[in-house]
Amino acid sequence: MDKKVLTTPLTAEDLESIHAGDIIYLSGHIVTCRDVAHRRLIEEGRELPVDVKGGAILHAGPIVRPIPDSDGKYEMISVGPTTSMRMEKFEREFIKQTDVKVIVGKGGMGEETMKGCQESKAIHCVFPAGCAVVAATCVEEIEDSQWMDLGMPETLWVCRVKEFGPLIVSIDTHGRNLFEENKITYNQRKDEATEEICKNVSFIK
Amino acid sequence: MNKNQAVAHMTDIMAKFVAYSGKVLPDDVYAKLEELRAKETSPLAKTIYDTMFENQKLAKELDRPCCQDTGVLQFFVKCGTQFPLIGELEDLLREAVIAATIQGPLRHNSVETFDEYNTGKNVGKGTPTVFWEIVPDSDCCSIDTYMAGGGCTLPGKAMVLMPGAGYEGVTKFVMDVMTSYGLNACPPLLVGVGVATSVETAALLSKKALMRPLGIHNSNERAAAMERMLEDGINKIGLGPQGMSGNYSVMGVHIENTARHPSTIGVAVNVGCWSHRRGHIEFDRNLDYTILSHKEVVL
Repeated sequence: MDKKVLTTPLTAEDLESIHAGDIIYLSGHIVTCRDVAHRRLIEEGRELPVDVKGGAILHAGPIVRPIPDSDGKYEMISVGPTTSMRMEKFEREFIKQTDVKVIVGKGGMGEETMKGCQESKAIHCVFPAGCAVVAATCVEEIEDSQWMDLGMPETLWVCRVKEFGPLIVSIDTHGRNLFEENKITYNQRKDEATEEICKNVSFIK
Repeated sequence: MNKNQAVAHMTDIMAKFVAYSGKVLPDDVYAKLEELRAKETSPLAKTIYDTMFENQKLAKELDRPCCQDTGVLQFFVKCGTQFPLIGELEDLLREAVIAATIQGPLRHNSVETFDEYNTGKNVGKGTPTVFWEIVPDSDCCSIDTYMAGGGCTLPGKAMVLMPGAGYEGVTKFVMDVMTSYGLNACPPLLVGVGVATSVETAALLSKKALMRPLGIHNSNERAAAMERMLEDGINKIGLGPQGMSGNYSVMGVHIENTARHPSTIGVAVNVGCWSHRRGHIEFDRNLDYTILSHKEVVL
């Protein structure tokens, strides 16, 4: 199977052939962006200090380390995705305002983000959780950091990445949402399995 | 060794062991993940497993915590009444966590409740948590260490059923957690179930169940049968690695039980994520130690 690598900046056309369930990798730039940064843009109306138009954001709070004798540069030690659903409340509007094209996190996102992805042509992807060292080693350099007043986890760390992934596409630009689709199947199978087990556990008689 | 030296020695060993356990998974967990990996057939599940194994390899090579969430530390202690440091144990485990936080490094995961600030040391009021079992007429001490991460702590649930709900109710309770929160708790999961009288007894048992090495079943025949049925049933849901679908869902299901009040069935579920960072170490009276969870470890 050929490795599908997307390179930022991206356009709507670049994402047209990407579908929920696909595995992709990302080269170029990705910016860590989570709870408070979303809140500042959407609720406080502050402009995001990094231009992510055509770019990518990562829902994550990394562990970074200052590089000695480097004039304020940082090195990425560990960067695992955090639960994307926490940003659900803001993401549709975030996509609209910033024109970000790729959102990476953990777990699925909901109806609003799905609509946002469809109307503004963006995708949501999942990076395998618990694989923080793999993710950190995909980061070639932290090129910039903004809103450092938010502390290490919430700072916008602008990372230059090479083949960052694997990223599993959970929401595509065509209105499909992998997690929501899977949930229906899982719940059907769960009900069947539960019924089967219940036939054999009548220990109280 | 005088007492102070003994305390310093045991603190040092525990600090190193805790830091190590955040980087390398126990042998039984690693072996089980290899087995489950081999049984997956879809390209998606295979790719995710490849990444998980690559991550464990890199964590070892680069000497970094394999997951950024190094959890809140929990210790399950079985201590002999004659163990020489029985009185010092709780304090030295706390000191060991502070040292491991720097050595690891471990993420700062202890937030004082109500005052709502992070202590920055991974210790606070009641953390690390130490669960005691006193063993009469023994001079040894065995400790299970566990890093309880946020993602896999979230699905935890306990309730008290009426006896009319029966073990059918227990089954439904466990299965429902799997597709609600279990899905996002980084499968393949280790599922711990407690069956007892009340919420606290069942809840503690459900966590203790996660300390049991994989591949061992409950000594009660019916409980063991229920473990197998639940394991098969949850596997049929097909959560796959990371809940992204696959042929299997769990590393195992462990049930721990006690007798119950005739009017109640207390039931609880706790899950461990695929990155199940459990360790087991045993000390004798001279503080010579044996690590049973990680064969290759050199502290």
